[in-house]
Amino acid sequence: MREFTFHRAASVADLPAGATIIAGGTNLLDLMKLEVIAPEALVDITRLPLDRVEPEGEGLRIGALVRNSDLAAHPTVRRDYPVLSRALLAGASGQLRNMATTGGNLMQRTRCPYFYDRRMACNKRDPGAGCAAIGGVTRNHAILGASDHCIATYPGDMAVALRALDAVVEIDGPSPRRVPLADFHLLPGDTPHVETVLQPGEIITAVILPAPVGGQQRYRKVRDRASYAFALVSVAAVVGMDGGRISHAALAFGGVAHKPWRDPEVESLLLGREPSDALFHEAAEILLRPAQAHGENAFKIPLLRRALMATLRDATGMETTA
Amino acid sequence: MQITLHLNGTSHPLDVDPRTTLLDALRHHLGLTGTKKGCDHGQCGACTVLMDGRRINACLTLACMAEGHDITTIEGLGTPGNLSPLQQQFLDHDGFQCGYCTPGQICSATGMLEEIAAGWPSHVSDSLDGPYDLTHAEIAERMSGNLCRCAAYTNIVAAIRQAAQGTREDAA
Amino acid sequence: MTRHLRVDGPTHDDRLDQMAQGVIGQPLNRLEGPLKVSGRATYAAEARPRDLAYGVLVQAAIPAGTVLDIGDAPGALAVIQDKRMIRYAAQGLDQKGPTSGPDRVEYMGQSIALVVAETFEAARHAAQTIAVRYKPEEVPVDPESVTPELPPKKQSAAGDVDKAMREAAFALDRVWRTPSQMAAAMEPHAAIAEWDGDHVTIRAALQMLSSNRKQMADALGIRESKLRLLSPYVGGGFGSKLGINAEAVAAAIAARELGRPVMVAMTRQQVFDLAHRRSETRQRIRLACDAGGRLTGIGHDVLVSTLPGSEFTEPVAQATPFTYQAAHRQVVHAVARIHRGCAGSVRAPGEAVGVTVFECAMDELADMAGIDPVDLRLKNIPDVEPTTGRPFSSHKLAEALREGAKRFGWSDRRPTGQRAEGEWFIGMGMAAAVRVNMLQESRARVTLVQDGHAIVETDMTDIGTGTYTILGQLAAEMLGLPPDRVEVRLGDTQFPPASGSGGSFGAASSGNSVFLACEEIRGQIAKAMGCNEADLTLQDGMARAGNIVRSLSELVNGTITGEGHLQPGKTEKSHRQATWGSHWAEVAVNRWTGEVRVRRMMGVFACGRVLNEKTARSQCLGGMSFGIGIALTEALEHDPRDGHAVSRDLAEYHIPTHADVPALEVHFLPERDAYVGPLQAKGLGELGICGAGAAVLNAIHNACGVRVRELPATPDKIIAGMDP
Repeated sequence: MREFTFHRAASVADLPAGATIIAGGTNLLDLMKLEVIAPEALVDITRLPLDRVEPEGEGLRIGALVRNSDLAAHPTVRRDYPVLSRALLAGASGQLRNMATTGGNLMQRTRCPYFYDRRMACNKRDPGAGCAAIGGVTRNHAILGASDHCIATYPGDMAVALRALDAVVEIDGPSPRRVPLADFHLLPGDTPHVETVLQPGEIITAVILPAPVGGQQRYRKVRDRASYAFALVSVAAVVGMDGGRISHAALAFGGVAHKPWRDPEVESLLLGREPSDALFHEAAEILLRPAQAHGENAFKIPLLRRALMATLRDATGMETTA
Repeated sequence: MQITLHLNGTSHPLDVDPRTTLLDALRHHLGLTGTKKGCDHGQCGACTVLMDGRRINACLTLACMAEGHDITTIEGLGTPGNLSPLQQQFLDHDGFQCGYCTPGQICSATGMLEEIAAGWPSHVSDSLDGPYDLTHAEIAERMSGNLCRCAAYTNIVAAIRQAAQGTREDAA
Repeated sequence: MTRHLRVDGPTHDDRLDQMAQGVIGQPLNRLEGPLKVSGRATYAAEARPRDLAYGVLVQAAIPAGTVLDIGDAPGALAVIQDKRMIRYAAQGLDQKGPTSGPDRVEYMGQSIALVVAETFEAARHAAQTIAVRYKPEEVPVDPESVTPELPPKKQSAAGDVDKAMREAAFALDRVWRTPSQMAAAMEPHAAIAEWDGDHVTIRAALQMLSSNRKQMADALGIRESKLRLLSPYVGGGFGSKLGINAEAVAAAIAARELGRPVMVAMTRQQVFDLAHRRSETRQRIRLACDAGGRLTGIGHDVLVSTLPGSEFTEPVAQATPFTYQAAHRQVVHAVARIHRGCAGSVRAPGEAVGVTVFECAMDELADMAGIDPVDLRLKNIPDVEPTTGRPFSSHKLAEALREGAKRFGWSDRRPTGQRAEGEWFIGMGMAAAVRVNMLQESRARVTLVQDGHAIVETDMTDIGTGTYTILGQLAAEMLGLPPDRVEVRLGDTQFPPASGSGGSFGAASSGNSVFLACEEIRGQIAKAMGCNEADLTLQDGMARAGNIVRSLSELVNGTITGEGHLQPGKTEKSHRQATWGSHWAEVAVNRWTGEVRVRRMMGVFACGRVLNEKTARSQCLGGMSFGIGIALTEALEHDPRDGHAVSRDLAEYHIPTHADVPALEVHFLPERDAYVGPLQAKGLGELGICGAGAAVLNAIHNACGVRVRELPATPDKIIAGMDP
C-alpha cells in the first residue's frame, strides 16, 4: 500500500480535489493492499449524514452510506423491494455487509484474478497493457458485452437487484445530476479502465428507488459454494401477473457482464403472455443470442438459461420441482 | 498520525501510519494479538471484532477510521478465568481445534446473535419477516463469513445454539 | 532414567485399561482451550520483542530463470538476498534444508528476497514495488505436456490386468482428474527470529520441531545446538508446516544482519504460492469383476507432478495394494517434472485423492454389476495383504461398513434419480475409508513433583490435534492424578525431540513416549513402596499396593523424572497397519442449477484406542469437511501459460464454509490394535478425509445420475450431465 494523506470530509460540498473517497473500504483497502490501486489521498466520508433511508415521493431514497446490512433489514425494503433484500443477503458475509455501503457497492471493482495480480497484464489497471485473462483461467468471466480488451464481470449482487428495480443514482458534484443505474456502469469496449460515468470531483449521495411495483420478486444466485462466494450467474426478477398473463417483467443478470445486464427484448417478449416453458426458452434464446464464451466460462451460457428458466417458473407460479 | 482508539472500554492514544489497519494496530501496536490475521482481505473472518456492537472485519478498516467508535475484541469478551457464555460453550463443545479462527468466530457469533435478536433476516430465511428459529441452517449461513479449516463447524453451530438457548432462557 | 521401547512385537496387555484414574478416552475439554477461546494463546507472529523490525518477502514474477538484479527500496532498512535463502519449503521429516539460492527462479511466486523496514506498512510497500530484472527461461508448466518419469520403486504388478479386464463379467476403465489443492491452514506462515550472540531463537508456525531444527540449522549453516525453535500454538498445519519455509529462513538471516529481531509473516497470497500444493492427479482406474462381484483385476495408473529435483511425489495409490482382493493388479506411478509451485504433503497425502477416486470407481462398478455398493466392498475384503501375504494388525472395514449402513439408514436408499424434494434431487452415497498407519521415533520427559502435580515436556506440537490434552490425560491416567494436576509443555526444541505432528502419527508416537516415561516413574514409585510396578495402583494422588496406601507427597522426595523413548520396530514390517472406516452422505442436487448441498454426512471409524473421545471426534469432523471441499469446492487453478496459482486467496480458493457443512455425525468402533505400541492407538487425523469426498460424489450420482470425474463437482460439471 502506497503512502497517502488522510482527510475526514466535513461536507459533501467540501471534498478535497483529487482524493479517493473511502467509506466501507471493503474493496478499496483490499485493492490498495495489493497496490492494484494506489491513491495519493483518501477522504473518509463515513461521518457525512448520508446514512438515511427515507421516502421520496412514492419511492425510497437510500443514502449512499447506508450499510448493506441495514438496507437488507430495512422494513420498507423488505416489504416493498424484497428482491433488494434478497440480493444483499446473498452477498459477501455478515461482517462485510455491516461495513459495505450502498454507494461503495456500486463502485465495486471486478474480481478478475488477472486484475488483482500486478504481475499480469490488465487493461483496467494499466490501459493498453493487454488482457492476460484472455487465454488464461476464465471460469468466472463475462459472456455478454465483453470486448477484446476486457472480459471481466461486475461481481456485485445489490446492483443487479437495483437494475431490475429501475433505480436511479444521485450524484453530487460541480453539476449535480441523476443517472439511471442502467447508464451508470459502462461496458468495457476499448476503455475498460472507465467503469462508471462518475467523474472526478463527483460523489454518489443516494440511490433512488421508484414507487414499488409489487409482483413476485426473486433473486437467484448460483455460486461455487453455499455461501460467501461471488456469483457464477445470478438473476434478479420482478414479475407481475394479471389474469394468468405476465403483466410486468423486469429481469437483471449478474456475473455475466461488465455491468448488471438487462435486455428489454427479453422483457417485452414476456409481457402479455401466459407463462410456459416454451415462452421461457424463447426468452433465454433472446437473452443469450449475443453471448460469447471465452474458454472455461462456456458453461455460463447453459447455466444462465437454467437459472432464468427456474426463476421465471418460480416467479410466475409454475412448478420448479425436480 | 495521532489517533485514539476506544477499545474494550479503555482509551488508547496511538501514533500510527495512516495505512495501518485496525487489525495491525491491535496486533502490532497494542499487543492485542487475540484478533487474528488469516487473509488480510476480508475473506476469512479471523479478524472479526465488534464496532459499536456490530461485527466487522478489522483487516479492512483503517485504524484512523475506527476513531470515535467503540471497539470490542476477544480480549474484551472474557478472560481464561472468566469466560463469556459463548466462550464457555465453544470450550465445552470443542468448537475449535487449532484455535486460530476462534476469536473471530466468537466475536462474529456475539454480533450475529444480536442481529437475530434485532430481527434481521438471512439468505436462508424462508420469510423476510421473521422471527427466525436458531436452526443449524440459519446459524451456519449467518456464520459463513468465518472460515475454519479445522472445520469445527458442526461443533461451533452446536455451541452457538446452546449459548443462545441459555440467553433466551435467562431472558424468559 | 529413560525407558526405551522398540515396537518389535504385540502388546496384548491392556495396561491403560487397568489404570485406576479413569480419564483416558474421556471427552475432556482441551487443556489449552480457555486460552484459545479468550484470544490469549499466542501463535508464531504473536511475540513482541523490543525493537522488532518487519520483513516482507519479494516474489518472482516469472516462472523460471535468473534474477539479474534487485533494485533499492527507499524507506526500507534492508533488502536481503542471501544465497542461503530457500526456494521452496522442506518436505516433512527432511534431515537437511531444501534447495537454496534465491537468484534462481523455479516457479512463479518463488521467494527471491526480503525487504525489512521499521513498520509492516513500509516493508509491504517496498516489497511490492521493488524493481527486479530477470533473465527468463521457457519451462513446461502442464503435467500432460512432458514425458513423465516412472520411478521403478513405485511401480508394481502381479498377474495380468489386461487379461482380467478382457475376461471379466464387468469391466470398468475410466479416468478421473483432481486439481491442485491447498492445506490453507488459517494461520499464515510466520516467524520471528532473534539472535543472542551466535545463538538464534526462531518462533515459527511449524509442525515437526526436531526435524525442522535440522533443516533450519543446515539452511543457516549453524550447529543445531545454536538454534532454538518455538511453536507453542500452531494455527493449523494439514501438512503445510511440516518443513521449514522461506519466511523463517529469511527472518533469521535478516535478524542476524540487522542485529535486531525480525518478523516475517507471509501474506495469504504468498501462502498459496509458497506452501506446498497437493499435486493435481490424473488417475486411470481399471476394475474387473466376475458375475458375483468378486474383483479379478485392479489397475491404478497415476500421473502427478512436482518441480524437478523434488523427491516427494503424491503417493496416490498408496492404499490400493491392500484395500481390496484381486489376483491381477497393477499400479503405475508417473511423475511429471514441471514448474508449478512445489508439491508436497497435504492432509492424507495419497489417500485423500487416491481413495476418493478409487471409491468412486467402486461405486461405478457396483452400478454396472447391479450390486449394492456396500455388498461389493464386503465381497472383496482380503484376509491378508494381497500383495505380500502379511497379516493386518487389525481390520475393521467390514464392521465399519455394516455399522454405518445400519446407522445411516442405507436400506432407505432409492435407485438413481428416484427421490426429490422441491427443486432438489436427493441421493445417498457411501465409500470405504482407509489410511496407512505409521509410528515415528519420539521422546518425552515427565516430572512428578512432590506436591502431586506432573509436568510433561516434549518438543511435540499441537496443531489443533489435541496433543496438549491427550498427553495430559495419559500422564494423569498413568500417574493417578486428576487431569488438572498435569501441566503439558510443548513446541520448544529445548524439550526432548518428538515425532512432530504429521502423517497421523503424532498422537500415538508422542503418546507412547509419555506412557513410557510414566512407566519409568511408576517403577520408581513402586520401588519406594517396596512392590512390583504391576501391583501398584495410582489414583487421585495416592499410591496403593496390597494394603499399603501412601500419598505421592510421602513417596516423592522433590521430584521424580522419567523419560520415554519410542521407536518403530519390527511390527512396521511384519504387519500391514492401517486405520479403517466408512463414509456416508446424503446430498441434494438442484435440478436447475446443479448446485449440491450435503444434507447429512456420517463417518464410522476404527483407529485403535481413542485417547479423548471429544478431540478425536473433532479430528474426524475436520477430515470429513475436507472431503466435502475435495468433492465440491476446492481447486487451485494454474495459469496454462506460466503455471502460476490463479486462485491464490480465500475468495477464489473455496474451502467449505459453515453453510457447506451439515451437522456431521461420527462413530468410533471400539478397538485395540496390539501391533502399534502399548497405547494400542493408531492415527486419526487423516482417516476422516480418506474417501469422504467419494461418499458425496457417489450420492450426487444416486440423486441425479451424473458422474463427475473431474473434481470438484461445481455446478458447471453437474449441469453438463443433466437433461436440459
